[in-house]
Amino acid sequence: MSRENAQMVEDKSVDIEEENIARKERLFAIARWTLPSLMMVLFICGWQAYVTIAQVPHYILPSPLLIAKTLVADWSLLWPAMLMTGRLTVLALLFAVIGGLAIAVSFTQSKLVEMAMFPYAVILQVTPVVAIAPLLQVYVDNAFVAALLCAWIVAFFPILSNTTIGLKSTDHNLEDLFTIYGATRWQRLRYLSAPSALPYFLGGLKIAGGLALIGAVVAEFVIGRAGTGLGLASTLLEASYRFNFGRLYAALILISVMGVAIFGLMSLISHLCLYRWHESALKRE
Amino acid sequence: MTVNRAPLRERPELLKMSHIEKTFRGDVVALKDMNLTVNQGDFISLLGPSGCGKSTALRLVAGLMRPTNGVIEWSGGQGEGDLGVVFQEPTLMPWAKVKDNVWLPYRLRGKSYFEVKDEVLQTLKLVGLERFQNAYPRELSGGMKMRVAIARAMVTKPRLILMDEPFAALDEISRHKLNNDLLALRDAVGCTVIFVTHSVFESVFLSDRIVVMAARPGRVIRELNVEAPYPRTEEFRTSADYAAFAREASDALHQAMEVAV
Repeated sequence: MSRENAQMVEDKSVDIEEENIARKERLFAIARWTLPSLMMVLFICGWQAYVTIAQVPHYILPSPLLIAKTLVADWSLLWPAMLMTGRLTVLALLFAVIGGLAIAVSFTQSKLVEMAMFPYAVILQVTPVVAIAPLLQVYVDNAFVAALLCAWIVAFFPILSNTTIGLKSTDHNLEDLFTIYGATRWQRLRYLSAPSALPYFLGGLKIAGGLALIGAVVAEFVIGRAGTGLGLASTLLEASYRFNFGRLYAALILISVMGVAIFGLMSLISHLCLYRWHESALKRE
Repeated sequence: MTVNRAPLRERPELLKMSHIEKTFRGDVVALKDMNLTVNQGDFISLLGPSGCGKSTALRLVAGLMRPTNGVIEWSGGQGEGDLGVVFQEPTLMPWAKVKDNVWLPYRLRGKSYFEVKDEVLQTLKLVGLERFQNAYPRELSGGMKMRVAIARAMVTKPRLILMDEPFAALDEISRHKLNNDLLALRDAVGCTVIFVTHSVFESVFLSDRIVVMAARPGRVIRELNVEAPYPRTEEFRTSADYAAFAREASDALHQAMEVAV
């Protein structure tokens, strides 16, 4: 009887601890979404209250309500602009992936190619794109192509450098194993280097996604001034000249939304590729 | 399990290392005048202190490097799939399922999974992991990972398997279990094994030939035969014979270490 009691007491103590952990986890699961949402609601309400009470003129700080109204009223203008910027960003990212991967593979296949080319990739990266953009405008007739090139220059480097490191970080014993089994160059790349590089590449992709958008915005600022730009950034710039701060903020919010969407999409792709096997996707048990 | 393995002194030759010398960066002599004849069915342990070149010898046999001097000859030449290797780490591809890891040696020879599915699953069955064929390496324990590595080395039924301190990182219980299983597997596949170790007890339990090496320069200083019948069981571990062989091997190892100093 007394032994059973001891057993019960023990069970109970374990249960309380486990229950506490479970309760904490449930709380965190709810808070993860509700807390930031609440923060946003509070922030917007505070903003609205400040503008209304202090009677801030709309050309200095527009109220959230005015921005929302502008967003709806100017939708026919903002939506095509968003499509334009989106197209520029997606294409720049696509070419950055193709170019970054191709150059990274050529670097790892030939040490001499890497020695010859790598410094120039770095120079291209460290030179501020704002300084290069006006030149691109001069040398490239098509403004869209010039803007694309501009965004590409910013976006391709993280993919190149991450993938290059990834392709080189194969397990040495696995390398030996492939040698013993007489693997061809192609087999080695396909079955060993490429899967080893995948987590690194995906890390680069996440950074490149954000940079492609930044590159597109910079390109529109600089090149769009020639009167060809119809994207969100040129809309934003134009609105600022006209003191149309409602539209400026609306465009700014849409750019942020695009950035968040790109980051979310890249994180999803990364998760889908890695969750089965990679340490970064491991949950502690 | 009984296997028709010829008595120790009547086995046909498989591989011969003659006057092997290996020098690194011009002046570090890793191996000097190493001679070793490996016969079919041998279980050879290379036993020695660290720096005696036992891993170098293994890499030379694996063809991962060339000797500075001397020759390694396979009788009848080395064919495709004649060699299997197990490293100190399991060295599995973390992105591939267990069955795909075992498929690798065939895959690199251009064989599709369906062509060799039976061999892959049968080998996994031999190491007791058929239920885990669709698991990823990270879901397995250290001992299980090592079993997958052994399955991968054995799947092509190679004539020779090289093992470089494969169980050094495992706990005692897993190591004993894997020692027992390795002997059973060797019988099932019928291959020759060269096993690098620094454990006297492991070498005595597993092998029928122990090659003791000394360092600076790396060379063979003693060969002894463990003439105890297979299959060897847990009883062998506690027998007087085992203790006698262990003492002999231990003395040889001490001798090797003294020579080195």
